[in-house]
Amino acid sequence: MAKRRARFTFPTGLITQPVIFDLGRNFQLVTNIRRADVREDMGWVILELDGEEEEIEKGLEWVVSMGVRVDPVSGDVVEG
Amino acid sequence: MSYIKGLFCKECGREYPAEALNVCDFCFGPLEVSYDYDAISKVISRERIAQGPRSLWRYQDLLPADAANAVDINAGFTPLIKANNLAKHLGLDELYIKNDSVNPSFSFKDRVVAIASTKAVEFGFDTLACASTGNLAGSVAAHAARAGMRAFVFIPADLERGKVVGAAIYGPTLIAVDGSYDDVNRLCSELSDNYNWAFVNINMRPYYAEGSKTLGYEVAEQLGWRAPDNCIVPGASGSLFTKIWKGLNEFSSMGLIDGVNTHMFLGQAQGCSPIVTAFDAHDFAIRPVKPNTIAKSLAIGNPADGYYALKVIEESKGSAYAVPEEDVVQGIKDLAEMEGIFTEPAGGVVIATLKHLARTGQIKPGETTVAFITGNGYKTQEVVEDVAKPILIKPTFAAFEAAVSVRP
Repeated sequence: MAKRRARFTFPTGLITQPVIFDLGRNFQLVTNIRRADVREDMGWVILELDGEEEEIEKGLEWVVSMGVRVDPVSGDVVEG
Repeated sequence: MSYIKGLFCKECGREYPAEALNVCDFCFGPLEVSYDYDAISKVISRERIAQGPRSLWRYQDLLPADAANAVDINAGFTPLIKANNLAKHLGLDELYIKNDSVNPSFSFKDRVVAIASTKAVEFGFDTLACASTGNLAGSVAAHAARAGMRAFVFIPADLERGKVVGAAIYGPTLIAVDGSYDDVNRLCSELSDNYNWAFVNINMRPYYAEGSKTLGYEVAEQLGWRAPDNCIVPGASGSLFTKIWKGLNEFSSMGLIDGVNTHMFLGQAQGCSPIVTAFDAHDFAIRPVKPNTIAKSLAIGNPADGYYALKVIEESKGSAYAVPEEDVVQGIKDLAEMEGIFTEPAGGVVIATLKHLARTGQIKPGETTVAFITGNGYKTQEVVEDVAKPILIKPTFAAFEAAVSVRP
C-alpha cells in the first residue's frame, strides 16, 4: 500500500461535481481531505490518497482526464 | 550558534522538532522555522553584525543553521548601488539596485542553498538534490562540491546547453528527465519521499527559504540601518518576496532598525503571473497556470508561497504587476545601458515593474526605493542576442574613420 499527498484544483465547471466521491468509488482508493477552499468559480482540495501505487496512478490519471489540475502539495519544486 | 527552536505549521500552528520536514502531517500546510527571539535579542546588535564576516553569515544569530559548520562559498553581502542614471530617467531621487547577480554562482539562490546545505550537513545527509532549470542547479552543485557531498540535479531534457554546463561544471550527477515540466515536478516530489536525500527546496524548504531573509537584512544595513520605503522584487514561488519582508520586520523587532513602513511590490512576467492575477482579482486564491515566459527563472505556475506573498502585499500596502513579455528585454537593456549591470530576464521584470510603478505614481520621487536584481545576464544571453551588431571594418585607420565618426 502507498500514500500520496496531492492538491486538486477544480475549474468552474467541476465545482459542483462529486469528483472525489467518484474517485473513491471507481478506484480502490481511500481519499482523506485535509484542507480545502471551494468557491463559486474555483476550488482547491488538499488530500491524501491511500491505496496500491498502480491504483493511485490510475486514479490520478482519471482525475486529470476529468479536467482537474493535480499538483504536489508543496507547490512546484522545479525552480529557475 | 543558532537560536532555532523548531518548526511550526503556517496554517494550523502545530509545532515540530527541527527535522528535515516541510509539510505539516495534520493539515499538509507548509512549515516555518521558529526561533528563540528573546535569547537573540540579548546578544544581537549592530556592532556584532558589523564585526561579522562579509557574507550572509554575519546574520548568523537570525539564521536556522550554525555558522561554525557553514557550507560557505561566500554567498551574500552583495553591493547596494545607488542608481542615479536610472533614477533620473524615471524622475526618482533615491533609487538603489541590490545587485545579487554577483553571488558566487551568479544568483540569489546561493543564499538559500547556503542555509539548506549547511542544515543538510547538520542533519547528517550525504546527498544534496534539487530540480531546476537554471540558477538553483548551479548553486546546489557548487555548494555540494564545497561540502564534499554527492549532488543530484534534475533538469528537463530540453534545457538549453549553456544552463546545463553552468551546473555540470561542479560535478553533480545530472539527470535529464524526458518529460514535461509537470512530470519533473511530480517525479521529484516522489523521489523526496523515497530517498534519504536533502532536497533543498522540498524536505529542506523551511531552512532553505530562511536564506532569503538576508537580502532584507543587508539592504537595511547598507542603507544605514533603516528600511527602504519601497522594495521591488521578482515573484516566482513568492518565497523571496515574503522573506525580504520578514527580514526587515525581524530587524525592527530586534531593535536594529526603526519601524518598517516599506511597501512591497511584486513583479511577474505576463506569461506566468498567477500571483498578479490573484492580486488583480482582489483574491487570495492562486489559480495555477502553465508557464510560457522568457523569464524562465520565474516560471513557477503553482507558487507554493503565492498566498503568503499576497498577504504581504496587503499588509505592506504594496501591489503587483504583470510585465508584458516584450517589456522584459527592454528592462534588461535599460539596466545595462544606464547602470552597467547585466541581468537575466527576472531582472528585466523588476526594472519593467519599477518603470510601471514610477509612471503610475505608486512610488514617489522623495522615497527610498530598492530594486532587487537576483540573477546574472551572462547566463541567459540568448534573450538579448540582437544587441550584438558590431561594425565590421578592415584593419586600417581610414576604414575606421570611414565607418565611425567620433571626432568633434
